[in-house]
Amino acid sequence: MIRRLDPSWLLAAVLLLGSLGCGGGGEQQAAGRQPITLLNVSYDPTRELYRDYNEAFAAHWLKETGQTVTLEMSHGGAGKQARAVIDGLEADVVTLALAYDIDAIASRAQLLPAGWQARLPHNSAPYTSTIVFLVRKGNPLQIRDWDDLVRPDVAVITPNPKTSGGARWNYLAAWAFALKRELGDLSRLQDPAQADAVAAAEVVARRFVTDLFARVPVLDSGARGSTNTFVQRQIGDVLLAWENEAFLAVNELGPDVVDIVVPSLSILAEPSVALVDVFADKHGTRAVAEAYLEWLYSPTGQRIAAKHYYRPVDPQHADPADLARFPDVELVKIDEVFGGWANAQRIHFDDGGTFDQIYVPGP
Amino acid sequence: MAFLARRHSVLPGFGPTLGFSFLYLSLVVLIPLSLLFFRSADLGWGGFWNVITSPRVVAACRLSFGAAFAGAAVNAVCGLVVAWTLVRYRFPGQRLLDAVIDLPFALPTAVSGIALTTLYAPTGWLGRPLDAIGLKGAFSPLGVTIALTFIGLPFVVRTLQPALEDLDLDQEEAAAVLGASRWRTLRRIVLPAITPALLTGFALAFARGLGEYGSVVFISGNMPMRTEIAPLLIVAKLEQYDYAGAAAIAVLLLVASFLLLLTINLLQRWSGRRHMRGA
Repeated sequence: MIRRLDPSWLLAAVLLLGSLGCGGGGEQQAAGRQPITLLNVSYDPTRELYRDYNEAFAAHWLKETGQTVTLEMSHGGAGKQARAVIDGLEADVVTLALAYDIDAIASRAQLLPAGWQARLPHNSAPYTSTIVFLVRKGNPLQIRDWDDLVRPDVAVITPNPKTSGGARWNYLAAWAFALKRELGDLSRLQDPAQADAVAAAEVVARRFVTDLFARVPVLDSGARGSTNTFVQRQIGDVLLAWENEAFLAVNELGPDVVDIVVPSLSILAEPSVALVDVFADKHGTRAVAEAYLEWLYSPTGQRIAAKHYYRPVDPQHADPADLARFPDVELVKIDEVFGGWANAQRIHFDDGGTFDQIYVPGP
Repeated sequence: MAFLARRHSVLPGFGPTLGFSFLYLSLVVLIPLSLLFFRSADLGWGGFWNVITSPRVVAACRLSFGAAFAGAAVNAVCGLVVAWTLVRYRFPGQRLLDAVIDLPFALPTAVSGIALTTLYAPTGWLGRPLDAIGLKGAFSPLGVTIALTFIGLPFVVRTLQPALEDLDLDQEEAAAVLGASRWRTLRRIVLPAITPALLTGFALAFARGLGEYGSVVFISGNMPMRTEIAPLLIVAKLEQYDYAGAAAIAVLLLVASFLLLLTINLLQRWSGRRHMRGA
């Protein structure tokens, strides 16, 4: 006979664990003069930018309102960060790499309204960046523009667009370049009378991107991995990278290892910022959170962004020496060429999209 | 359990500890894993089948299972030699060597991944000679196998060591006295006694290799259809907020590992019993 299980033990254990799980939370931060804490959930390459900005903003807020604000940061891959917020990481504001990731927070968890992007100027992007090339010192292969990337003697390093938000910009920039070369003028994309020409150009663009990815020997899962592959392991002749990351790499490695090459055309990358309404209201931080995001557009905010190699949307406020580092380049917008992120994601990067088709059937 | 209880174990607390074990296992293992099944149930059978039979997933699973199996097999052989050396002989630096075994456990997987990639990349110390003989170390299925071999080593060595220490030297001596060759003693006396531990080590290394992500993504190169591992596809699906699709692949891996562990468990009992009867 098996010894009888005493059910009271089970019950006690369940109650104990249950009470542990329910403890904490529910604290409300009263607005006013009491110290306040704000959580900014961001992506990886903004670490240095927000370290500076947070310090400046805290001083500014204290002077304006007499309230001490403590800023907490969370950094990680943009997609991962967005999922953390969806799953309940209580961010007051999010500052992510793609509008698509913030859209996901709005549509999947209804933590902010669907029209969030119109709440702040410039599509809620206080600073922008673009995709540039990083080549070996002296540019031995004379890589000047996107055309050069499909040459048989060139090996290209980029992360995998399926796992890296940054790599999606790389892919779309190459696609936009091919379209522009075919059509001459990208405004023809919007003209219904040009549908045939546009369709033909899309075919060429697809061929071009396929050829480009045929030149890629390694698809790292993230941007930092690709930089490692290119710089430390000396693999490949050109690395496709965010402009701010490229500057950081040059700074870190010294000027005699790599050069930055700016192509004739690239894509306007708009890292977006947004208030997470539900959590900010729950914490009672709406006023300071809104001020935090709006102040990014202030002269100080813009100057700090430019200092950290992001292109400011109001360049007149930035230090001219910082601005001089950004070469002129024709930048195309994702809304104009690809009909917005949701479309681009669906057509190009979702399972079975054009990126997957490049690799099926496998070589 | 029934067996223990019937004898009225001298240790008190069978009821509470069993209750606690069930509760703990449920909270830590069963409930999180059952959520996976719920998530993937969103897809329905047709959707689930479509996900796990798509060419990308099939190719990735083939690589994951193949490389994990190869890595575990290499470790079963080489790990046995290492464990044997550490248990049976005394030599200077032994403690140090013994401690080194645990390093793959202790290192953050990304660190091991980056270190291995640096070593086996075409420009690396070991990658260059491999390249010279026409083998690709990093960024190939071989690279994935190397990473999984690295990760799996401690599982095999650490499960074998206690089994080897428990071996009765008298039996080996008796075999030798009775005229058995060294090879025969090894084959008929030593190996049967440690087979259960060897199988456990193999199974643990294999299961761990199947799920390993951090170290492999650096060395694999992640080329679709060629060097993508199954866990990478899970991450790729999560990036698309396709939770159900990600859960479907996870369920596939989970069921496969569970079946494998179960099989090994049965094999182990069978071989243990056979050994006892033989002894």
